[in-house]
Amino acid sequence: MTEAVAIENLSVTFTGGSKPVRAVDGVSLSLGQGEVLALLGESGSGKSVTLRSLLRLHPPKRSRMTGSIRVAGRDVLELSPGELADFRGGVVSMIFQEPMLALDPVYTVGAQITEAIRRHEKISAADARKRALALFERVRIPSPDRRLDAYPHEMSGGMRQRAMIALALACRPSVLLADEPTTALDATVQIQILLLLRELQRELGLSIIFVTHDIGVAVEIADRIAVMYAGRVVESGSVRDVIRGPRHPYTRGLLASRVERAQKGDRLETIPGSPPDLTALPPGCAFAPRCSLAAPQCREIVPPLAEVGPAHTAACIRVAETV
Amino acid sequence: MIIGEPAHLPDGPDRGGPAQPLLSVRDLVKHFPVKGKGLFGKGAVVRAVDGVSFDIRKGETLGVVGESGCGKSTTARLLMHLIKADSGEMVFDGEKVGADLDLTAYRRQVQMVFQDSYASLNPRLTIEESIAYGPQVHGVSAAKARAKAHDLLARVGLEPGRFAGRYPHELSGGQRQRINIARALALEPRLVILDEAVSALDKSVEAQVLNLLQDLKDEFGLTYVFISHDLNVVKFIVDRVMVMYLGKVAEIGEGPAVFGAPRHPYTAALLASMPKMDPDARSAEAPLTGDPPNPINPPSGCRFHTRCALAEPVCSVQEPPLAAMEGLQEAACLMALPGSGHSRAPAPVEAAA
Amino acid sequence: MSLSAAIGQTPSPSPVVDAAVVRSPGYWTGVLRRLSRDPVAMTALVVIVLLLLMAIFAPYIAPADPSKGSMLRRLKPIGFPGYPLGADELGRDMLSRLIHGGRLSLLMGVTPVPIAFVIGSLLGITAGYVGGLTNTLIMRTVDVFYAFPSVLLAVALSGALGAGLTNALVSLTLVFVPPIARVAESVTTQVRGLDYIDAARASGAKAGSIIRVHVLGNVLGPIFVYATSLVSVSMILASGLSFLGLGVRPPEPEWGLMLNTLRTAIYTQPMVAALPGVMIFITSIAFNMVSDGLRSAMDVKS
Repeated sequence: MTEAVAIENLSVTFTGGSKPVRAVDGVSLSLGQGEVLALLGESGSGKSVTLRSLLRLHPPKRSRMTGSIRVAGRDVLELSPGELADFRGGVVSMIFQEPMLALDPVYTVGAQITEAIRRHEKISAADARKRALALFERVRIPSPDRRLDAYPHEMSGGMRQRAMIALALACRPSVLLADEPTTALDATVQIQILLLLRELQRELGLSIIFVTHDIGVAVEIADRIAVMYAGRVVESGSVRDVIRGPRHPYTRGLLASRVERAQKGDRLETIPGSPPDLTALPPGCAFAPRCSLAAPQCREIVPPLAEVGPAHTAACIRVAETV
Repeated sequence: MIIGEPAHLPDGPDRGGPAQPLLSVRDLVKHFPVKGKGLFGKGAVVRAVDGVSFDIRKGETLGVVGESGCGKSTTARLLMHLIKADSGEMVFDGEKVGADLDLTAYRRQVQMVFQDSYASLNPRLTIEESIAYGPQVHGVSAAKARAKAHDLLARVGLEPGRFAGRYPHELSGGQRQRINIARALALEPRLVILDEAVSALDKSVEAQVLNLLQDLKDEFGLTYVFISHDLNVVKFIVDRVMVMYLGKVAEIGEGPAVFGAPRHPYTAALLASMPKMDPDARSAEAPLTGDPPNPINPPSGCRFHTRCALAEPVCSVQEPPLAAMEGLQEAACLMALPGSGHSRAPAPVEAAA
Repeated sequence: MSLSAAIGQTPSPSPVVDAAVVRSPGYWTGVLRRLSRDPVAMTALVVIVLLLLMAIFAPYIAPADPSKGSMLRRLKPIGFPGYPLGADELGRDMLSRLIHGGRLSLLMGVTPVPIAFVIGSLLGITAGYVGGLTNTLIMRTVDVFYAFPSVLLAVALSGALGAGLTNALVSLTLVFVPPIARVAESVTTQVRGLDYIDAARASGAKAGSIIRVHVLGNVLGPIFVYATSLVSVSMILASGLSFLGLGVRPPEPEWGLMLNTLRTAIYTQPMVAALPGVMIFITSIAFNMVSDGLRSAMDVKS
């Protein structure tokens, strides 16, 4: 499988506040052509920051990025402003949790899609509109012709999310980034959007990175899962391996604390403590203060990702105890 | 201090005895006018809660689930009397709220925890001031209220010495939600309404708070109304569950019955929409299409008929009442109503029974 | 398993209300600390303090009598022997007049704002908290005043009330009530919708208690910041009123009035004629900088 995205040792530090915050710390990830990778993590785990790095969406004056990001053979960190504009939307595009913030409220959705198409390609307005209509049909918006002339606020939550997907796909990108696109949706609509994304991915051969905090959503959409904690990837592998045989204590804790496994009246297993403060990370493994397996050594060195099975890695020095 | 003693003292707050529902809600209605329909035009209304009746039993956890626009949060605010109902009545332990039982006395016994842990704490007050405020309103001295705040902090797992003097923005979301729970308990309520109280928390913290809620319930003999969109959490924590759709009750009953054998097609669809945890058994097709309809113009007849795969012509005409079934389960579906005219409805029973 | 162990927190000893509680610095302590680290705001604050000291101790600082003129020394340039900042059109010492002028100018510029702050906040917070018809009544009345440009309103009110210091102060106060009331109303409406207000209502608290404990602390800050930004406007309007003869009357030294009487000298002694304007400029800029500094110092999240 050729690699659609290869991230090597990416670090992102925000320097705008009083203290620099290292939101992403040495992340390496790869995404194969036509593969769906779920980035799973809690708030402050760096999953969204990693995703946004792929489009260089961080304010350049208040952030520092090191490492390398290669998408379709191009180094994203080296792109000129002009190249970056073509790259965004043309090669990689993104969908967000809140379509209302991603769609412009003063233009109809149809106008926004045709404009996006014509910004990247020399094509007549009528042809662009035809493409937009086809996109609307593809994302299963009922009465698409009429909906193209609707303003974002006139659509329901699920429709807006579909319209945003159509907009993201307008310029035929090869990589789609999804930042919790179903979190704000109702359960019955969420599953529709997940199934739609799966179908589009299959038909268009898209590579998708899907950021979520919900393990269930990750299982529904992804081929592989990378679990993030405090700006680092702590475990990665196929969905089956990670869900059925998690090796990092954090992943194990997350899965063990799920209410689905418990019977009514049981005590839930919990991970003690709170997610870490990124401005004051402990030395060594960031999970050590909450980990029941932590050894003195864990508080000194940051464990590297190590192979624990075929295409399954975990960043823990005590993996021997987690089989 | 009353906290920590058994909840059911001989001369305690319990009036109607164990069989009397703690709160009975009958025909609750709340419509909101829609703005921007012209200066003199007859305004449309959002039928947020449209004739809802249910009982909350003593000591139980009643779950309320449904999608956006189903009226679950409006119901919570109505129960808390934060907004005034257009019509309907509420009877708290045998006493009619607003008539036999005045609002101040009622509010002492019913408290609420909100979803947004940050917005529900005054940023200018220290943690102990926030918790002690309620008791002080009801005439407890400042020193006693403060002592109680410290006691409650310890009970929700936050060391008073470390947390009492701090401000909300210095704490994590999970810690803030513990404080909101402590604040709700400061008035020694009997009923606590948890409106999406764990929804905004990280999963690893959510489990901690759910455990805490279970412990506090046992310790203080509380009754919970647990409102959530997360069916997995609801399934785990509730005794009975009420499913709402567009301002109406679709189904209500014992948790295992409703989750195990849903009688309303909407409940079934909601359950089937939950993401699967098994990579080899992913969802193949969506149980429902489209979004929930707008509560401004709810569909005629059964409000769910526009999205229901089993709908028949009769469903768009006749509005199904909540029909009782075996196992104390009730569903508002014509398929559950004998002789309703739906082809899947049970045959009418002889009137003699 | 014990409760505290089960929920993953450090087990705590049975609670005793004691002195060992860790106290975070209060909100205003934090604001002052952040303000003290802002060099621009601190410089401006020093300038304001110096101006105030200058006004208070004017009789002791001023080298000459501000009202004693000399026909022989009219309109002397800056640096003229015995007149470090020159002399005005009646031969009075400019330096002394500027020092004395600060008393009335600061009085007229600064006093209307705190009074308007109290009245405007009262109206705005009431309107914002009570809402409904009360809100409509208060805010629409306020809007009537707000519809006039502030300069025009100040001039019209002063004109109607008659010239003089007190009337100028009254009209300036009335000019600033509407904008402050509007800001107060919008901030209060915003706070009113937050969950902690609902939580307080749910605890059975009465409106008075909720406003005192939960509303005031969260709205007075933003209103105060807005009010400080009005001080500079007030300075300029007050000077304007005096310039038009609606405020202080000659021969009292006041910067706006001095600007007026010296306007004929703009071609002969432009530097001297501009001096009162420079003072007004420095003062209003200083107040604006403090206001900006306060605004950013009050942002907890930074």
